[in-house]
Amino acid sequence: MIYMRANPIGAADFHGFANRICEVLNRYELSERRNCVMYRSFLVKYGEIGVKGKNRYIFENMLMDQVKFALKPVEGSFEVRKEQGRIYVDVTSEDYDYEGCVEALKRVFGVVAFCPLLQVEDEGFDKLAETVVTHLKEAYPAGNFSFKVNARRARKNYPKDSMEINADMGEKILDAFPNATVDVHNPQVMVCIEIRSMINIYWEEIPGPGGMPVGSNGKAMLLLSGGIDSPVAGYMIAKRGVAIDATYFHAPPYTSERAKQKVIDLARIVARFSGPINLHVVNFTDIQMYIYEKCPHEELTIIMRRYMMKLAEHFAKESGCMGLITGESIGQVASQTMQSLYVTNEVCTMPVYRPLIGFDKQEIVDISEKIETYETSILPYEDCCTIYVAKHPVTKPNLEYIRKSETKLTEKIDELMQIAIDTVETIRIEAAE
Amino acid sequence: MKTEREMEAYLDNSATTRCSDRSCELMVKLLTEDFGNPSSMHLKGVEAENYIKEAKKKIAKTMRVAEKEILFTSGGTESNNLAIIGAAMANRRSGMHVITTSIEHASVANPMHFLEEQGFRVTYLGVDHNGVISLDELTAAVEEDTILVSLMQVNNEIGAIEPIEEAVKRIKEKNPNTLIHVDAIQSYGKLRIYPKKLGIDMLSVSGHKIHGPKGSGFLWMRDKVKIKPLILGGGQQKGMRSGTENVPAIAGLGEASAEIYEQFDENVEHLYKLKEHFITRLQEIDDYTVNGLTGRDSAPHIVSVSFAGVRSEVLLHALEERGIYVSAGSACSSNKPAVSRTLSSIGVKQELLDSTIRFSFSVHTQKEELDYTIEALKELLPALRRFTRK
Repeated sequence: MIYMRANPIGAADFHGFANRICEVLNRYELSERRNCVMYRSFLVKYGEIGVKGKNRYIFENMLMDQVKFALKPVEGSFEVRKEQGRIYVDVTSEDYDYEGCVEALKRVFGVVAFCPLLQVEDEGFDKLAETVVTHLKEAYPAGNFSFKVNARRARKNYPKDSMEINADMGEKILDAFPNATVDVHNPQVMVCIEIRSMINIYWEEIPGPGGMPVGSNGKAMLLLSGGIDSPVAGYMIAKRGVAIDATYFHAPPYTSERAKQKVIDLARIVARFSGPINLHVVNFTDIQMYIYEKCPHEELTIIMRRYMMKLAEHFAKESGCMGLITGESIGQVASQTMQSLYVTNEVCTMPVYRPLIGFDKQEIVDISEKIETYETSILPYEDCCTIYVAKHPVTKPNLEYIRKSETKLTEKIDELMQIAIDTVETIRIEAAE
Repeated sequence: MKTEREMEAYLDNSATTRCSDRSCELMVKLLTEDFGNPSSMHLKGVEAENYIKEAKKKIAKTMRVAEKEILFTSGGTESNNLAIIGAAMANRRSGMHVITTSIEHASVANPMHFLEEQGFRVTYLGVDHNGVISLDELTAAVEEDTILVSLMQVNNEIGAIEPIEEAVKRIKEKNPNTLIHVDAIQSYGKLRIYPKKLGIDMLSVSGHKIHGPKGSGFLWMRDKVKIKPLILGGGQQKGMRSGTENVPAIAGLGEASAEIYEQFDENVEHLYKLKEHFITRLQEIDDYTVNGLTGRDSAPHIVSVSFAGVRSEVLLHALEERGIYVSAGSACSSNKPAVSRTLSSIGVKQELLDSTIRFSFSVHTQKEELDYTIEALKELLPALRRFTRK
């Protein structure tokens, strides 16, 4: 067992190496553990939100709400409570879906890690040692592990201090497991014992996604396509506590009903992390065709994107968003060169958040696989960015030239934009099961 | 946004058809009342077995064959797989050569590729611009070690009819031991098929193409033809296809088969009239090509049309918005970007390959639906053609 505080999907470790080890070990543990349901409680650890000064309770309450929300579809009933700067999830039903509960908690932003917990009454040290040994035997029947005891005496009237508990408990464990060894630097099993009004025993820490509870940082509008990048961008921003709405541009009959369904499916996966999403489906066909007809072909994509940004910003303002989110990454395609981003960005008055801006494609793919959007993203349905695209689109657009091209649209573009706004279809997207 | 529409035209009957009421009613009864397992020894089992016998009887009658020669499967794909792989594996000692055409459905083409991997030699016959094979080429291809020839009777994409009767004569003249399999998935119910008169050995049929249920089909196998089963188990259907028989689907298939041949002449006449009407009215449209033959020497229910300058997928979705449902090329291959083998084999021009729509009719199709479709095409095509690729 490795004790790890790293984010499972954070930017810091997207090379994924440490993460993969962690996953493998977790899986190994799961297969070895015999009776998961002995855990009747989870200790939820949160990092950043703990340092928010007087606002702390607001963040904590939001995190509790998010935990409750995430656990709603899980079989079993749960109570989320706060105690002495800690958040606990107690299982209140006889039976519950342990794996489902773990999966749900792994997706709550703000959770740095969580520990399946044994909670026992204080019935003296010997009884405590007996409990620890019994459960260790269940979890590690082979008994040849290295370990360390890490005691914390929060209730100061307990007869032994932390150091004494460490030493005495270590001895009891060694007595019970002749093949076990003590390793204070890199133990396989870290036996944590917290003396509070109740006594918490845990030796497994499951990493959460990190970040901040959704809703703690306002809302932003994601430009969602059917590709790999935009769902990841949405995930990344949601991770910082931002609630998400989304805009999708479809172009019937050039794009199919299946392409739209694919975007809805992607939004449902992102919603597992971000909570419900209002998805605005904009019919972009007439605008796109008008640009195609009037403007130079190699400028089609860049001009289209400018109008997409304008429309997205309109819906963003309407729904109280504080920014736009795109999946752009410098130089990935013609429309994402520095020059193109400059030209596209120019139409926006709101900040545009581009969390993937410095990522390579493979790094984005890695994250999309982890958040499970990848398989849906690669389904082969055309989206409106691929139809009538020029063979050699401009890669270094000049703002003045683009503006000049756009003057050819003056006759009808306002009317078409208004129609697109008036005919928008808004779909409430709930998390995929 | 769903707009209210006056009309719906389902013109994708070569992909699948609506299940007939008679077939449905019978299936409901078998799912809820007479639900026994035909292998059970008690009364419920006997009852179920009788439904299978009844279905065999109905099907056998449509083709003038013996009931015991009918083997039920899960559909056309399984029938084709069983016939081709089963026959090849059972006869590999007699020879390792197999013949088929270059325009077969994937459920024939892919088993052929599998046989190639197993060391068989496969000859793929070319077709002319109407999608018809050359009998001379076929004759020349048959050799001493040719154990199997598999031909489709009606092509699923353009409705070409292959000259099975002539082909059989030529094959058997040259090598009487060669087995002949016919993929009749698009022809059963549209042509009168008498396998014994034709002199073939195996014939595949799918239920849902003839208003029967999906997941149903059969393989007719001439008595004494030996093939290896693909599915092993409890020995049902004389060990040729183990697994508890899908009694409701089998009964539904039997009923649909009987029904489609009951008023056969009227039905086929109706289909040909639709086809003629549609092809006549297409003349009101600019710049189109009908692929393959259009007369009574082609299948009555399939019309393949290329519309220059419009991508078929776009036209398909534009028609869909009007409640008109068609296929781009062949439905089974239209989810993949791969170009249709049939269309390229008959020499459809490169720029039209991706502009081809298949309209396919059923006995339920009405002339008004076709008129509605023509009107829609007249409106949509100019608009879509305005935006051609620059």
